Amino acid sequence: MKAHQPDPMTPTPFVVQRIKRETADTYTLNLTRASGGTHFIFAPGQFNMLYAFGAGEVPISISGDPAAPEVLVHTVRDVGNVTRVICRLQREGVLGVRGPFGVPWPVEGAAGSDVLLIAGGLGLAPLRPALYQVLRRRGEFGSVELIYGARTPRDLLYPKELERWRGRFDLRVHVTVDQAESEWHSNIGVVTKIIERARFDPPNTVAMICGPGVMMRFTILELIKQGLKPGQIYVSMERNMKCGIGLCGHCQWGPFFVCKDGPVFRYDRVRNWFERREV
Amino acid sequence: METMEPILAAHPFFKGLEPRFLKLILKCASRETFTPGQFLCRDHEEARKFYVIHQGRVAVEIYRARRGPVAVQTMGDGEVLGWLWFDQPYHWHTDVRALDLTRVISLDVACLVKQCEQDHDFGFEFMRRYAHHLAVRFRVIKLQLADFYGD
Repeated sequence: MKAHQPDPMTPTPFVVQRIKRETADTYTLNLTRASGGTHFIFAPGQFNMLYAFGAGEVPISISGDPAAPEVLVHTVRDVGNVTRVICRLQREGVLGVRGPFGVPWPVEGAAGSDVLLIAGGLGLAPLRPALYQVLRRRGEFGSVELIYGARTPRDLLYPKELERWRGRFDLRVHVTVDQAESEWHSNIGVVTKIIERARFDPPNTVAMICGPGVMMRFTILELIKQGLKPGQIYVSMERNMKCGIGLCGHCQWGPFFVCKDGPVFRYDRVRNWFERREV
Repeated sequence: METMEPILAAHPFFKGLEPRFLKLILKCASRETFTPGQFLCRDHEEARKFYVIHQGRVAVEIYRARRGPVAVQTMGDGEVLGWLWFDQPYHWHTDVRALDLTRVISLDVACLVKQCEQDHDFGFEFMRRYAHHLAVRFRVIKLQLADFYGD
């Protein structure tokens, strides 16, 4: 007898257990199932459709630890009507959740390689689960480097965790901002400059990038300059996902549906579409 | 004490430079060390030195009257800092402050310009590298102005 599969179009109620302000406009929500019970299993890089009742639904990447599936974690930036409602939820507030959807980061496939995780701005949220997984299985990877850029120190996500990661001997963390006051002692400049300093063996490296389009574009150019091939680079794309299962076509990007074929794509498969402004 | 020649020869800005050109550069070179907090140059000062950073880290800062300094760039090992001028001495438009103990080879710009004028092959090679350095700087500044992370 076939096991019962939940309807992917029906949201499951989740309750806010904790909401934490990360930056001026970004919040991290810890959610648990309203009904209690089963864990929320997902792979790094996947996303959920979060439904703010009465406001609408938005696609948000999962930013928690895949090995701690009892809590569902999302980091949300207040940029529109729906995300504003989500960011204003209080403890015990309820959200509808559909998912997880989409193609994950290739953490399994990166075993045996050096790993570069390159994030810009809010892009650290979808990459964080991949880093958790890599660190949990640290012995399977070569050099692991996290390169993270933001506008200012105040715009950095997860600053305490960044400090903890920075203290590890088996992970190199490079944080850079566009500008800072004099108390900031880390790097100032764009992430592409930092790539030159990262330690990796180009033929044996997998790079995972998540951030704004312009940042990803220049990061890819730099990685290729450093000797990576397009097939070693993975990008997470952002589009206006609606159904989450490749039916509605809202997130169509050339021949792809970002919700179903992505959001994580190997760059060589999408490079022809990456630069096209009209798609 | 290590001579300056191998340091310059290994520095990315000068890598692959003909030894005879390196010798011309050495005529203009001296060592300097800056402790954390010390300024390599200040806004409005004449830009008489071209710094070759071989160890340490510096912050390029712009001073804002009411809000104090804001750092817009950090630079470190393997980078160069400074203006080359051919007519009148330029003035620095920024403050540059050492963040860590920073060791540099400072090149006297007037001396460098003289070497470039006396040996045009050297002048072309030096300016070719300098032009590349400026092009990279412009690209980076463009990206910063584009508000990379604002999307």
